[in-house]
Amino acid sequence: MTEAVPLVALVGNPNAGKSALFNALTGARQKIANYPGVTVERKSGRASLADGRPVELIDLPGAYSLEPDSLDEAVTRDVVLGRLEGQRRPDALVVVLDAGNLDNHLRFALELIGQGLPVVVALNMVDLAKRDGLELDAALLSAELGVPVVETVAVRKRGLDALIGALGTALLSPATPNAAPVTDRKAIAQTAHTLARKAIISETQGRQWTRRLDSVLLHPVGGVVVLLALLFVMFQAVYAWSEAPIGWIESGFAFLTQTINSAIPDSLFRSFLTEGVIAGVGAVIVFLPLILILFLFILILEATGYMTRAAFVMDRAMAAVGLSGHSFIPLLSSFACAIPGIMATRTIMDQKERLATILIAPLMTCSARLPVYTLIIGAFIPAQSVGPGVGLQGLVLFALYIAGIIGAMLAAAVIQRFVTSSRGGSFLIEMPRYQMPRIGDIALGLWQRASVFLKRAGTIIFISTVILWVLLSFPKVPEGSGQSQVEYSVAGRIADGIEVIVAPVGFNHEIALSLIPAMAAREVAVAALATTYAIDATDEEAQASSLGVKLAGKWSLATALAFLAWFVFAPQCISTIAVTRRETNGWKWPIFMVSYLFALAYIAAGATYWTATAFGLG
Amino acid sequence: MNLDTLPIGAIARISTIDWAAIPETEGHRLRSLGIDAGALVEPMHKGILFWRDPISVRVGRMTVALRRKVALAIQCEAAA
Repeated sequence: MTEAVPLVALVGNPNAGKSALFNALTGARQKIANYPGVTVERKSGRASLADGRPVELIDLPGAYSLEPDSLDEAVTRDVVLGRLEGQRRPDALVVVLDAGNLDNHLRFALELIGQGLPVVVALNMVDLAKRDGLELDAALLSAELGVPVVETVAVRKRGLDALIGALGTALLSPATPNAAPVTDRKAIAQTAHTLARKAIISETQGRQWTRRLDSVLLHPVGGVVVLLALLFVMFQAVYAWSEAPIGWIESGFAFLTQTINSAIPDSLFRSFLTEGVIAGVGAVIVFLPLILILFLFILILEATGYMTRAAFVMDRAMAAVGLSGHSFIPLLSSFACAIPGIMATRTIMDQKERLATILIAPLMTCSARLPVYTLIIGAFIPAQSVGPGVGLQGLVLFALYIAGIIGAMLAAAVIQRFVTSSRGGSFLIEMPRYQMPRIGDIALGLWQRASVFLKRAGTIIFISTVILWVLLSFPKVPEGSGQSQVEYSVAGRIADGIEVIVAPVGFNHEIALSLIPAMAAREVAVAALATTYAIDATDEEAQASSLGVKLAGKWSLATALAFLAWFVFAPQCISTIAVTRRETNGWKWPIFMVSYLFALAYIAAGATYWTATAFGLG
Repeated sequence: MNLDTLPIGAIARISTIDWAAIPETEGHRLRSLGIDAGALVEPMHKGILFWRDPISVRVGRMTVALRRKVALAIQCEAAA
């Protein structure tokens, strides 16, 4: 017999509080990876049994049954049945049930118990059930199911010791060969219903918080007002709160550059460190506060149970372009970054709608566009007022967001009609009860997002900034030739080729050059422009003057506006393209996405440039 | 009477569901959520702004949101 650490899978319906239980059992020591061969997230962690033996826990995706409707559910089935290649079958299952929703969750539990693996049932969220006036008999349920049933409140860490104890005992019993799993759904539903009725000791009306909150938040008019107000506050907060931490990060990198400059003599290596690594990676890490604050809101909205209400409120509007409320959450995430947005589409049942949502996600104004927008708006749009409390600069920024949203909606309508030939998506979702989020779970979620982002900054963006630095620095311009390093470099020569294509829409050589590194991430365009103009500067005064002033002197307003229009649409983000390839299992859709977005960007920039020129702004 | 015409707050029993009128994955999810013949349902909210879509329905101790198109295929009878 091998001494392998026993593997225990947590499995249950969505909204059973499974992830909270997993967090409570494993603490912050979690590993996130993908299941072999599929892009579904695999969360694992360690816990100790009562006698000190370690167990490995995995948090399986929430599922309704072993007959999958989505990719996530298929993984759950394959792991439970031991069919997923490269993933050993669990030695035992912890089946997580929402005590307040036994009728429903018992069906899946019965199906799972029928598989023959040792099972411990966690009767979770008993506190919420009690709040709603429901009293349950765990002992009776245990006797009827033939497996231990432990009452837990994961978010308050209640019942965990008892659960671990029961798990230790269960792991000692061998898996019983699967006699005859019940597969008749009617029979299972009947048994579940009867059992749920039996287990109820008393049932009163309770306080019904959920019902009362829903009467406001799902109100035909009030619900819309609340959602819009919430989104408004959220976006305000995202930018207001991130200002200070962004400043700290910037000063941190400035300090680092200074330290290196004084410690290392001027050399190729120093230039590589400061102009290549720090300038490039720093330009991206600066967005960490922005992304984290947006995710803070999204995680809280999800944990409270409001997110499905937002989906409900948005469903009809999304249906107008062939999508549904299911697409709302991924698209909202895409305002921070399209990558988590695209990954969040996995919960969309309708595969055509999922594809359409992936294809339009890059049109949501992600945080990486902001530095580009801020730079150009600051340099070219006068800071004048156009009405009480409304500045022209803010108005232009708002217009860019709206342009992205309108572009996305039109694209969705066209894609659903002509590309996926969808019949209009579907909306069918369980609305969980409202719940106070637990700070620990939110913090853990934020930490996981941050590490994913930093990993990306440390790999893809690091590599691409290094490549760009090499392209910009070599070959060295011959001394005394009078040519600039940028023009002479490999990048300068590539830009010559791009310039031919983008010159008609008003882009100059420097813009063409900045578009190359901006393929790594949009915000790098700013760093690239800074590098290009800084390396080019002949005297210190020019170097000292800020990039915005420099641009205002060198670009026409028409060019600046065309540059903004370009960034509303252009798919300039290798990571997004990579994640689209992964999520759609091939190159067909990422290539489609990149083509239509570049075409849109070119047309938008062109239309902007030609219109502006016609009005004498060229 | 179907689930779409059932007024808010009225409790009824699902008599039949026209599965042919509902896409397969949605049908499967409906059953997973316990919406099947014999289940008790109660409409809670209907529509946003001037649309009468989507609707939210109480099934057992759970609330489910769905579209009218699906609700139209769910026939109900007065709960005994």
